[in-house]
Amino acid sequence: MWKKIYEWLDERAGLKELYKNVLDRPEPKGTWWNTLGSASLFLFILQGVTGIILAVYYTPSPDHAYDSINYIMNGVAFGWLIRGIHHWGATLMVVVVFIHMLRVFVTASYKYPRELTWLVGIGLFLLTLGMGFTGYLLPWNQQSYWATTVGTQIAGSVPFIGDFILKTLRGGPDLSALTLQRFFAAHIWMLPAALAGLIGVHLYLIIKHGESHFPTKDD
Amino acid sequence: MPEGDISRRGFFIAVTGIVGGMIGVVLGVPAIAYLLDPAFKPAAKEAWVPIGKLADIQVGKPYPFSFTRVQVNGWERTSTSHGGYVVRKSENPNDLIVFNSRCTHLGCTVNWRQDAQAFICPCHDAKFSEDGVVLGGPPPRPLDRYADFRLTNDGTLEIYYKES
Repeated sequence: MWKKIYEWLDERAGLKELYKNVLDRPEPKGTWWNTLGSASLFLFILQGVTGIILAVYYTPSPDHAYDSINYIMNGVAFGWLIRGIHHWGATLMVVVVFIHMLRVFVTASYKYPRELTWLVGIGLFLLTLGMGFTGYLLPWNQQSYWATTVGTQIAGSVPFIGDFILKTLRGGPDLSALTLQRFFAAHIWMLPAALAGLIGVHLYLIIKHGESHFPTKDD
Repeated sequence: MPEGDISRRGFFIAVTGIVGGMIGVVLGVPAIAYLLDPAFKPAAKEAWVPIGKLADIQVGKPYPFSFTRVQVNGWERTSTSHGGYVVRKSENPNDLIVFNSRCTHLGCTVNWRQDAQAFICPCHDAKFSEDGVVLGGPPPRPLDRYADFRLTNDGTLEIYYKES
């Protein structure tokens, strides 16, 4: 019966073709360095899943943010695990995405016809850093409060438009409930939406061009 | 390829599936426990509450008491105050009535007035007798009681509080 259902779906959705093009596509001989993109994608999904369920208990308000995270850590079954994965996964994702980028640079995989893949990848790297920056404030403890104070001050040191940037980031001249709320909105809606969209483009381009060969002595 | 052997490709597909399934279980089971956690927490909505030493309560003179209940929901604590009167009818330790001092009309707190020999509500002049019976005013029913009470070994009177 499953075979019949599969056949029905395949006839209409082209599952076999999709599988062949996406997961069974021919690749040049690679090494473990070629797995970093997939690792980044895996970490993005892991961060998405753990982040969505953290939002079940987390409250983005100066009155409750710290207490709600304290509750996740000590009051909810496996809350420590879910938050632990999200916390360490965030650091790991920045590291993995960066090494992925280094690998592409070192093996010159950004060259024609893959320049657009590279440019989109730069966007993905910056968005990943943005996720780290906005997520860091959410626990609303001393560390995150002052890190964001300094981080937004650095952004505010830009000549001429610095004050404008600082107020835009903070939602006003000072770090406040508005800052926490907009960092939260950026962290769970804007940046992930942009990331997901760009990941789609990135993957499409990779599948379209196939992965690049490592350069040889002749290249 | 001999029967039963697995190709390199087939091996990797199988390993990917197995490892993926393991990651799914390791993450999925805690995630479900995490989401369903509140449903398994006991609700502390009832308890035995000590209200005073029986020796301090005189026969025939209503004894006021009060206690506070703290409700914890996640990281939020809500405390509510409750009060009442113990009326001892005789020296028999079990011959007593524990009233809730909440007026049955609109919920103000009634006070025992020795001169009037009645519980008087300050809001609408409701009057209850020493047995809680309505003597005058708007209340629809007698004073509510804490029906379950017990004496501990050291002579402390405890009532069974149940959130309604």
